[in-house]
Amino acid sequence: MTTRHAPGIDDLKQRVADVLRLARELGASSAEASASFGTGFTASVRLREVETLRHQRDQGLGITVYLGHRRGSASTSDLRPAAIEESVRKAVALARHAADDPAAGLADADRLATAFPDLELCHPWDIDPARAIELALECEAAALDADPRITNSEGASVGTSDGIRVYGNTHGFIAGYRSTEHSVSCAVVGAQDGAMETDYEYAVSRDPARLPAPAATGREAGLRTARRLGATRLSTRTVPVLFPARQARGLIGSLLGAIGGGAQYRRASFLVDHAGKPVFADWVNIDERPHLPGALGSAAFDDEGVATRDRRLIDGGVLTGYLLGSYYARKLGLASTGNAGGAHNLVVGSSGQSFDELVALMGTGFIVGDLMGSGVNPVTGDYSRGAAGFWVENGQVGQPVTEITIAGNLRDMYRGIQAIGTDVDDRGTILTGSILVDRMTIAGT
Amino acid sequence: MTMADANALALARSALLDAAAIADRDLERALGTLLRGDVDTADLYFQISRHESWSLEDGIVKEGSHSIEQGVGVRAMAGEKTGFAYSDEIILPALLEASAAASAIARRGQEGRLQAWRPQAGHSLYLPIDPLPTLADDAKVELLQRVDREVRRLDPRVRQVNASLAAAHDVMLVCSSDGVLSADIRPLVRFNVSVVVEDGDKREQGYAGGGGRFAYDWFLDGDRALEFGREAVRQAIVNLDAVPAPAGEMVVVLGPGWPGVLLHEAIGHGLEGDFNRKGTSAFTGRIGERVASPLCTVVDDGTLAGRRGSLNVDDEGTPTRRTVLIEDGILRGYLQDRMNARLMGVAPTGNGRRQSFAHVPMPRMTNTYMLAGPHHPDEIIASVPKGIYARNFGGGQVDITSGKFVFSASEAYLIEGGRIGRPIRDATLIGDGPTVLNRVSMVGNDLQLDAGIGVCGKEGQSVPVGVGQPTLRVDGLTVGGTG
Repeated sequence: MTTRHAPGIDDLKQRVADVLRLARELGASSAEASASFGTGFTASVRLREVETLRHQRDQGLGITVYLGHRRGSASTSDLRPAAIEESVRKAVALARHAADDPAAGLADADRLATAFPDLELCHPWDIDPARAIELALECEAAALDADPRITNSEGASVGTSDGIRVYGNTHGFIAGYRSTEHSVSCAVVGAQDGAMETDYEYAVSRDPARLPAPAATGREAGLRTARRLGATRLSTRTVPVLFPARQARGLIGSLLGAIGGGAQYRRASFLVDHAGKPVFADWVNIDERPHLPGALGSAAFDDEGVATRDRRLIDGGVLTGYLLGSYYARKLGLASTGNAGGAHNLVVGSSGQSFDELVALMGTGFIVGDLMGSGVNPVTGDYSRGAAGFWVENGQVGQPVTEITIAGNLRDMYRGIQAIGTDVDDRGTILTGSILVDRMTIAGT
Repeated sequence: MTMADANALALARSALLDAAAIADRDLERALGTLLRGDVDTADLYFQISRHESWSLEDGIVKEGSHSIEQGVGVRAMAGEKTGFAYSDEIILPALLEASAAASAIARRGQEGRLQAWRPQAGHSLYLPIDPLPTLADDAKVELLQRVDREVRRLDPRVRQVNASLAAAHDVMLVCSSDGVLSADIRPLVRFNVSVVVEDGDKREQGYAGGGGRFAYDWFLDGDRALEFGREAVRQAIVNLDAVPAPAGEMVVVLGPGWPGVLLHEAIGHGLEGDFNRKGTSAFTGRIGERVASPLCTVVDDGTLAGRRGSLNVDDEGTPTRRTVLIEDGILRGYLQDRMNARLMGVAPTGNGRRQSFAHVPMPRMTNTYMLAGPHHPDEIIASVPKGIYARNFGGGQVDITSGKFVFSASEAYLIEGGRIGRPIRDATLIGDGPTVLNRVSMVGNDLQLDAGIGVCGKEGQSVPVGVGQPTLRVDGLTVGGTG
């Protein structure tokens, strides 16, 4: 088996530089481009046998050209010179049809990143498919053995990926980085009284040394599934709701959409014009921390090359500003905050309680186990989602619950946060503990 | 084969294989590499797709974008095992390297033999056209701008209009070790419009769109693009007056068309062959049982001309067909790709689909809908003393194993005394797939399919689909409001 040449960062930088030069030659007054290359594989097992082995090898190149303030863009996965040239020509042709838009253009040169600290994002995993299969088998076995009511499996997977990404623009900026991501996941099925339930557990990290033992992930998948068995419905009622850290992330995720520049400019947000206004309970702080070593959301610069910075986004419950790339920053008469492409690690401050203390604090209410559907209206903040979970009575976790909805409005829910736990879930770019919301409506029987 | 099929195969060969100087003997060599040891079957999937989109905001087209994605995915199957690899370069060394990687799944066993290719006849549900140049670029810009102007004129409360026009030209060719050789040229166009309306401190969004497998001129025909714009404004304005949705179990009347997302979630996913082979679906082992009221007949039909969810052949080269899932309330069939059909000892149903060459095929829906019934929609509304009428929805989701599903109403009204009353705020509805259709007590005579906006996600793969239904009365669904 021959292995074709895998490009390195310098190869991609050269490619980006070539594309930018070509764009200038073809008439662009300015241009920006990015290139990426990645490899990896995922091994999956099911019922103690190999199920799939999936290899991946991805490459791509994207170019945006400006003719003054007119913009066109193109991307291609075919990186042969003829395809790249066709893409650049296409972007130029598209820009000729775009309207003149004074806000369109590269990020301001003085905001581009000049320091490129090592964020410890790259930790290759020296693992071959045979070893990954062994680990997946260990993971699934622990899930199948976690409880006698586990009867079936959707399988366990071990995956690894390693990629590089380079961004450059005609201000002379060009930079790239390499990063890895590794994961272990498992989902199993349990049965009791003729009814089946499934649940899953996963681990993800940039550094394989920081992944828990596969058996620990598997066992948790089995226990989570078993805990859901025997679920009943609830009658309709209004109660406090505890979002465990894993679900609390999504609650904060809705904030990110609402304070993005595009949503603010389009007025398609339940937090339009809320900068400087209270959004959360007055003790809540949320920070953006783009340079946390090894974190999943860390980056030294955003999608336009703008330097990322530590920033307090929610200060004593008050929204301090928006998440802005250059375009919507200009539209709103503001400056880029280094958020083209989104936020980089949000850290939600805790009020100091453990998960068990939050349960005790709630007293009587509902713990979210699983959420279904996308039922959040970004314009009104209306929140209504399908849920399964656990009923809590006087601080005691009781009966599993299924087929209910929980509903409220995000404005009220954010203001009504009673406590945020210390049990931070670091498997995503939003780092939060469990969140206790004072009241939501449960709809059921 | 019809002329159109022969044409598709010739066009696909030229675009995918001749362009890369890949000859039939190279395909045989790659399949031979895959067909090692205990591998039963292997296939190669070549694809090139081009996509463009034009987006309007502030009354101007701010950007056009264009993308090219191409590559080859190779797969080796041994019993329930699959080895898969792909390359986004269509060149012989990459094809052979991917084949060697995918075949690593094989254990020692009897070496399989390649069968001669039998070019597979598909349907001619759409023309093998490239839709991108079917409208001049200036005309695309003008269409978007005209919709913007007209929509703003409809109501002074319209504050923002975002509209986009997009097209894809997808060319695929699949060949397998057991004789499949098939190709398809798949056009797909789409128009979307969303508006934000403001009235004092109230703010609402409305959304509409549509499309299918044809040229851009469909949007000009009868001024369809503008109709979508009017619909988006209507929905947004209705919601300005919305009151909190009720909470609890109640009678729900679902409107025709896109609310058929109910069937997609409650029934469709649970009948996909992979979940049933593995025994993880709430519908496992229930063929022949009553799962719906006798009023309900539900089909999945990939053969509807020009529809977004239709395909001449699926992504494994099997011609699509109309599969009856539920007939007069009785569960009749599952949706199958080749692998699950083989393992379950049944015929494939033309539902083997993949997001792209870089993804593994799975059983997926095409256009899923319920046939019309006897009731006039007005009669259905009039029969409800108290409940809600849900006319439009966002998306939905299902837990295959427990059977619980949700879908989110974006336009709904209270029904009081058999009459449609005030609009209600967005609410998610939740139910149980294997039992919800038993509660269907009236089925309208007004079957409609959706306008061509569906995207179905499964295991990280997205594919275009369609849904449809007549007006339905469901005698008990949980409505997730706050009231």
